[in-house]
Amino acid sequence: MLYFTRWKALGIILTALIVCLCAVPNFFPEAQVKTWPAWAQRRLVLGLDLQGGSYLLLEVDSSYVKKERLDQIRDDVRRTLRDAKIGFTGGVTVRNDAVEVRITKEADAQAALAKLRELSQPLGGLMGSSGQRDLEVADAGGGVIRLSIPQAAMLDRMRKTIEQSIQIVERRVNELGTVEPVIQRQGNDRILVQVPGLQDPTRLKELLGKTAKMEFRMVDTSVPPDQAQAGRLPPESELLMSASPPPTPYVVKKQVLVAGGDLTDAQASFDQRTGEPVVSFKFNTSGARKFSQATTENVGLPFAIVLDNKVISAPVIREPITGGQGQISGNFTVQSANDLAILLRAGALPAPLTVVEERTVGPGLGQDSIEKGELAAYVGSILVIVFMLVTYRLFGVFANIAVAINVAMIFGLLSLLNATLTLPGIAGIVLTVGIAVDSNVLIYERIREELRGGRNAISAIDAGFKRALATILDSNITTFIAAAVLFYIGTGPVRGFAVTLGIGIITTVFTAFTLTRLIVAWWVRWRRPQSVPI
Amino acid sequence: MVGAVAAAAERADLGAKTVNHYILIGLGILIAVLTVVAALGVLPSLRIVPDDTHFDFTRFRRISFPISAALSIVAITLFFTHGLNLGIDFKGGTLLEVKARSGTADIAAMRTKLDALGLGEIQLQQFGGPDNVLIRVAEQPGGDAAQQAALQKLRGALGDSVDIQRTEVLGPRVAGELLAYGMLGLMLAIVGILIYLWFRFEWQFALGAMIANVHDIVLTIGFMSISQVDFDLTSIAALLTILGYSLNDTVVIYDRIREMLRRYKKMPMPQLLNESINSTLSRSIITHFTVTLALLALLLFGGHAIHSFTAVMMFGVVLVGTYTSIFIAAPILIYLGVGEHREDAPDSATPAKKSKA
Repeated sequence: MLYFTRWKALGIILTALIVCLCAVPNFFPEAQVKTWPAWAQRRLVLGLDLQGGSYLLLEVDSSYVKKERLDQIRDDVRRTLRDAKIGFTGGVTVRNDAVEVRITKEADAQAALAKLRELSQPLGGLMGSSGQRDLEVADAGGGVIRLSIPQAAMLDRMRKTIEQSIQIVERRVNELGTVEPVIQRQGNDRILVQVPGLQDPTRLKELLGKTAKMEFRMVDTSVPPDQAQAGRLPPESELLMSASPPPTPYVVKKQVLVAGGDLTDAQASFDQRTGEPVVSFKFNTSGARKFSQATTENVGLPFAIVLDNKVISAPVIREPITGGQGQISGNFTVQSANDLAILLRAGALPAPLTVVEERTVGPGLGQDSIEKGELAAYVGSILVIVFMLVTYRLFGVFANIAVAINVAMIFGLLSLLNATLTLPGIAGIVLTVGIAVDSNVLIYERIREELRGGRNAISAIDAGFKRALATILDSNITTFIAAAVLFYIGTGPVRGFAVTLGIGIITTVFTAFTLTRLIVAWWVRWRRPQSVPI
Repeated sequence: MVGAVAAAAERADLGAKTVNHYILIGLGILIAVLTVVAALGVLPSLRIVPDDTHFDFTRFRRISFPISAALSIVAITLFFTHGLNLGIDFKGGTLLEVKARSGTADIAAMRTKLDALGLGEIQLQQFGGPDNVLIRVAEQPGGDAAQQAALQKLRGALGDSVDIQRTEVLGPRVAGELLAYGMLGLMLAIVGILIYLWFRFEWQFALGAMIANVHDIVLTIGFMSISQVDFDLTSIAALLTILGYSLNDTVVIYDRIREMLRRYKKMPMPQLLNESINSTLSRSIITHFTVTLALLALLLFGGHAIHSFTAVMMFGVVLVGTYTSIFIAAPILIYLGVGEHREDAPDSATPAKKSKA
């Protein structure tokens, strides 16, 4: 137990040293570390509770995604049957999470089934190998054909929706000019947004709360809005309200001339004549062509700029707009024009997002927490160190060296993992100091016992280590299991606690098995003690 | 008890700012001096537990078991009558920590202003210093959007008179999920540790540790119910830590019992358990003392944000955990039939392996 080969001793010291050195970048200002080589840039990240900032958990509305898909299927079915000249009665209906259609003539049923099966695509595109399809077309009997979405297809769609949403959210958050925001997927239908330094997320939430589906559509001038409200609404049109107060109804055609996806740029600016804030935009080639064609055909008629089913403005087309550029005016303030430009540039969200959890911490409170955590850490460590010195004297010095290296290694490993340090995380480190000496206590008490049992000094030390190490391993693994579970279930600050606790256990076991033993072994070789001052 | 500790921390808090550095420097010098003195071997040897301690711990099982049973029943009754003070993590709703821009916070004025918003019951509580107020608003009916609307109203009503230091808003579903996850985690940890102990020891040891475990958690939950500290995610963290360390202690004693079982085949069980507890007693006390020192530092200086967290751990690790491993986890092995068939065992094999119940 007390014999180390030269290489083993060197290996132990090098390992400890390298891990400790990993903590070094934390002592330099961030700007300076940025100029170092990439491998040296790993450092501790302060959690939002220490740094201040906003934490938002957003949820994608899965029922919306499903409804969108079902509506799309319904339109496809209608079009397919019309194209194939197959008659159906009672229209195409969405019922019980499926689309149903009743074919008028029994004889047509098979042909209709074959046609509708063509709508079904293999899952995962052409590369899909699962053999699953995105649509299930079944004969429900009595001439009724039922089209439903298989579970796998729905999950696939949700996954894509989330991926797309994350991109859009990323673009919108970045537009706010924040530093190092973190945006990640969580679970099946959630997106986590963490923005350090953002104290009031109200504007961020406003930006994320809009899907920003932008459409250019013609205003239906055949019916005045008040008559349409009374129920005389043409089937190809719908009634939309204005975005700005007071709510004014507009009759707008359902057909979309150009959609927001065709925009390449949008900027907030000021109208040259009136001086009021406007949003100017540019179309891509296909958008420009569509817009040019539509405006050429409809000179003198009003068209509507629709955002999330609300009419922003409905200007009259005075002349064909062929340049692929335009501007939107609509009672904007500078801020709202800016926000709209951001939303248009970032693109539309595939589904609405809801904030299901929100936590913010101001920078002052964070700084306060850091100071208190530091103080508690110093006081706790000093108390433990003094106690160990008084109790074990020389061996207390050994224990304290081991604990100091232990804590340095914790910081090193945390930096290496780019782990997040939270206030409970600091508590975890302080707790680890209290616990880390336990391994030394176990060993020393065992040595005392072996000495009482009549062994000589060296034999007692040897036996003490041998017997105590098994116990140290056993007792630490139980705590490690608890820390692992905590890491798995916890989020934010609590996860930070689990991380420091778990890493603390690993370094504690490492120092007990190697460093403490090595120090004592050196001492034994140097002094060749006849008695143990323990 | 938490109240008293909080008050103590308040005092520590005010003085801390100015005295901090002197204390730290002073303690640093003390350490340096002690280190030199200790290394030179001038200090007398300190024995916290005398070497020849032979306290009859197992005899106390006739007292400790009924006491623990009674306390557990009290804790469970408390849990069902008093309940836990569910924090925002598990209940949903809105929480704001605000700091008055100047002077002390006028809680009464704030209350009238916020009550006018019609958001149901609003709790205001001084938190930390006299200028800090914690505002809690119960979950609003109407799902996630309603919580957001409530926050907006609160922000508006508070206006510029205060700085908003911290906000937490949780919708009903997330709160429900967090509670479910927390409970699941607790179960997972217990089962995981149980399986580990089953592999490392005998099933009787695993069962004994498990009973001790549940006992710890039940008593700590009773403590949370009495003190009405917020039961939230950090409480789950505290419970899991208590679990880990209480077991840490239990395992150390069990390890010794296993060793003694192999060595002394004829020693009666109560005596063997006593020997095991006594020989690890010094370690138990020293370790708990160091953990107490660390927790005490956190409790006094760590700030109010982790107050309930450390208070709960203090109770669980220091009070309950130690008691449990000595007076419950070890003596219970007698009832679980550990070591009954040792005489039949061949000398070379591990005797404990043969004990079947």
